[in-house]
Amino acid sequence: MTAAVFFGCTFIAFGPAISLFLFTIAREPLRVIFLIAGAFFWLVSLLLASLVWFISVQISNKESASQQKGLLIFGVVLSVLLQETFPAFHEVFKCFFCFFVLVSGLGFGFMSGAFSVVNILADSVGPGTVGIHGDSQHYFLSSAFMTMAIILLHMFWGVIFFDGCEKRRWFVVAAVVVSHLVVSCLTFQNPQYVSSLVPTYIIMLSMGIWAFYTAGGSLRNLKLCLTCKDKDFLLANHRPR
Amino acid sequence: MVIMESALFTRSVMMKLKNGSSRVAGVAVVVPSANPPQGFSPHNKCPNENSGVYSESYGPTLAHCNTTVWNPLGNGLSYEEFDFPIFSLKDDNDTQLIKQCYVDHNRPVNGSDPQYPLCAMQLFSHMSAVTNTATCMRRNTNGFTFSPESICEPLGDHNIWAPAKPLNTTQKGHKAGESMVMATARLDSRSFFSEIGPGAESAASGLITLLAAAHALRNATQEAQLSRTIFYTFFHGETFDYIGSSRMVYDMEKNQFPIDLDNVHSVLEIGQVGLFSSSKVWLHTDPVSRRNGSVEEEVKKLVSNLQTAAKGLNVSVEEPGVTQPLPPSSLQRFLRARPFPGVVIQDYSSSFANMYYQSMFDNADSLKMSYPPNLTPEEQLNYVTDTAKSLAELATMVARALFVQAGGEESQVSAIKADELLVSRMLYSFVIASNNSWIQELVSSESAAQLINETANFYISVERQTSLPTVLVQHLLANLTGSTANVTQEDCKNQRENQDDKESKHLYSYSWVQGAAPPNSTERKGFCVRSTVHGTKALSPAFELEDYNSKDYSTWTESNWKQIKGRIFLVASHDLEMLTLGLGIAVLLTSLLLTYVMSSKADILFSTGREPTSATY
Repeated sequence: MTAAVFFGCTFIAFGPAISLFLFTIAREPLRVIFLIAGAFFWLVSLLLASLVWFISVQISNKESASQQKGLLIFGVVLSVLLQETFPAFHEVFKCFFCFFVLVSGLGFGFMSGAFSVVNILADSVGPGTVGIHGDSQHYFLSSAFMTMAIILLHMFWGVIFFDGCEKRRWFVVAAVVVSHLVVSCLTFQNPQYVSSLVPTYIIMLSMGIWAFYTAGGSLRNLKLCLTCKDKDFLLANHRPR
Repeated sequence: MVIMESALFTRSVMMKLKNGSSRVAGVAVVVPSANPPQGFSPHNKCPNENSGVYSESYGPTLAHCNTTVWNPLGNGLSYEEFDFPIFSLKDDNDTQLIKQCYVDHNRPVNGSDPQYPLCAMQLFSHMSAVTNTATCMRRNTNGFTFSPESICEPLGDHNIWAPAKPLNTTQKGHKAGESMVMATARLDSRSFFSEIGPGAESAASGLITLLAAAHALRNATQEAQLSRTIFYTFFHGETFDYIGSSRMVYDMEKNQFPIDLDNVHSVLEIGQVGLFSSSKVWLHTDPVSRRNGSVEEEVKKLVSNLQTAAKGLNVSVEEPGVTQPLPPSSLQRFLRARPFPGVVIQDYSSSFANMYYQSMFDNADSLKMSYPPNLTPEEQLNYVTDTAKSLAELATMVARALFVQAGGEESQVSAIKADELLVSRMLYSFVIASNNSWIQELVSSESAAQLINETANFYISVERQTSLPTVLVQHLLANLTGSTANVTQEDCKNQRENQDDKESKHLYSYSWVQGAAPPNSTERKGFCVRSTVHGTKALSPAFELEDYNSKDYSTWTESNWKQIKGRIFLVASHDLEMLTLGLGIAVLLTSLLLTYVMSSKADILFSTGREPTSATY
């Protein structure tokens, strides 16, 4: 429905991701490379998952709608599992700084977001809006918000997952996989957008806080930061000898 | 956007939409399956009034329909300029969807305005040309650039003609000793909407009668030695200020045609003849040219030939008793050149019997042509309707009159009879469906691709597109007046009887047609038809002379257009769109701010509380 909606939804979906890219990644070439690598690995996992789904659809009974829906759910679950195996490859890169995980997580998120929302954005440029067959008018808006959540979630999951792998805390790894599955399955609730968006945002916030702590942040640091006492903290640490 | 039933498609409503408000973006008219009983004609009340023979210098009292209005139901809609697209919709499921969308979203409830989202429709009908022919022809860049782009193209097609006796067609100009009786009919019609042009009564009835008469005369003209030759002619583009007939007269004057005006003895034209009631047809003549003594004599002879021919048949002929001009007819263009004796046969005396002249309703119902229910298409093809019977009677009369006019003996006329089954098949092919087994056998394989399963479109269209009626008449005339030639396909395509023949191509034209499939195979067995049928370009002389403001010749052009389509969708309120944009910008700015803050304080936020190890002493 016109350029206004196109730009609005683009900014909503990719706003946080773009700002992260601009301020944290764009300056360092190595980080850009990791971003692209992350995006690439997400695409590979999607390719494998779609291959399995495609073959199973061909084998299955095309007439039965419930079977098709079941296969779709299976495909989504498989895709999630495959996506989670790829961060394990980061062992290969054996990076010493958590930041690289964040970057490749963001790469994951960018590509996942692009795939889920770009065709919707393309359609939103036209003069019409969704609804002539009775669907909800808020399709574009909720897709954009969902995409924003998914991009940020991929980033947080990357951080937590890597930390869990590093410290051999397997329940952390399992929690990431389970929450990814939960979020993906929540999308089956659409078109009841409230029941899919609200839990997703709750999960995103909790993952965000968890990732913050994993990355080394703490409530104390946050308070210091917010009350602008940081300079004193630094100076205080430079005790004169 | 307005969607309306065809009952509202009247001049007053359309003028109101055109002039009243600038907010009308387009109109869609739902075409009903039944013709409106009160009639409808979007053409003018006085068709072709400025391009005929009557003017201030020729019969001024008869010009501009002063004595009689030919098309009283005409509302002139086809000649109004609309700056929004007007589409016609069939009354089917898609149209039902559009109406449902309106009912669901746009209907005001209890007098209050309907709420967003509202149902919207978009009609794409981009036309490149504007203003008039002179402007758009000037803007055409043909030949000046590497990729010639034309904005509009002149209307044109082909005139189909065949002399009853072979004539050297390669030699142009006057043919000594030849005297022709022109038997003419028109090939085209139109309606308000370009893709629909059924023209059953306005065009098909006349040309079918002439084709049937030509067939009836085939044997008689070959056997008898006639002093004059009958020249069957079908003019295209007569609706648009006589494109075809003006071109032929022009070619004759400039010696570009195998005969010239001195060879023409008289003209017998068959106009709209499908609706003659109480078996009476009317013979119209031009009172001004009849003031000339010799012309008057010839006209009287022609009329009496027609009256004699009608004896013993279920047809009676009569002249309108009053002094009135000729109705719109190709004869008028011949009279512009010089006074010819001529008669136009019509089924009305003072105004059209056709209530749907040049409209989308001029179909089988307009001709009152009906088939019993539950017939297969093949059975319908061979069923002889009442309309067919009347037209066959008329064709017999015309054939006999032509025979006598051409110098034939009265005693031989009783053998001349038109075939009713032939007439029914032709009516079926032009008015119902041309893609039938009979036509499939008569046409060439290239032309067979043009056959369709619905009524033929009689609109002339632009020159590079040959309309379906032209193709049908060409093949039909060849089949009905010509004969099978025992030649190979290669010889046939090269217009010769055998390898050494160099002469036949000047006299005859050869056409390889598909033929029928023998009973035990699916491959059609084609054969060669030798006839005297030819087609010449029917393009207005104004375009040859490049006089695009011509007052003498037709200057009609058709604009080039892009793909024509339409779609419906819902539109959201402007507020919601702006809200989305605002939200997006807010999210973007907030995240930019947050990220900047976080990245500049990153070392504080993400430190583990240990003293930095770099602080060595």
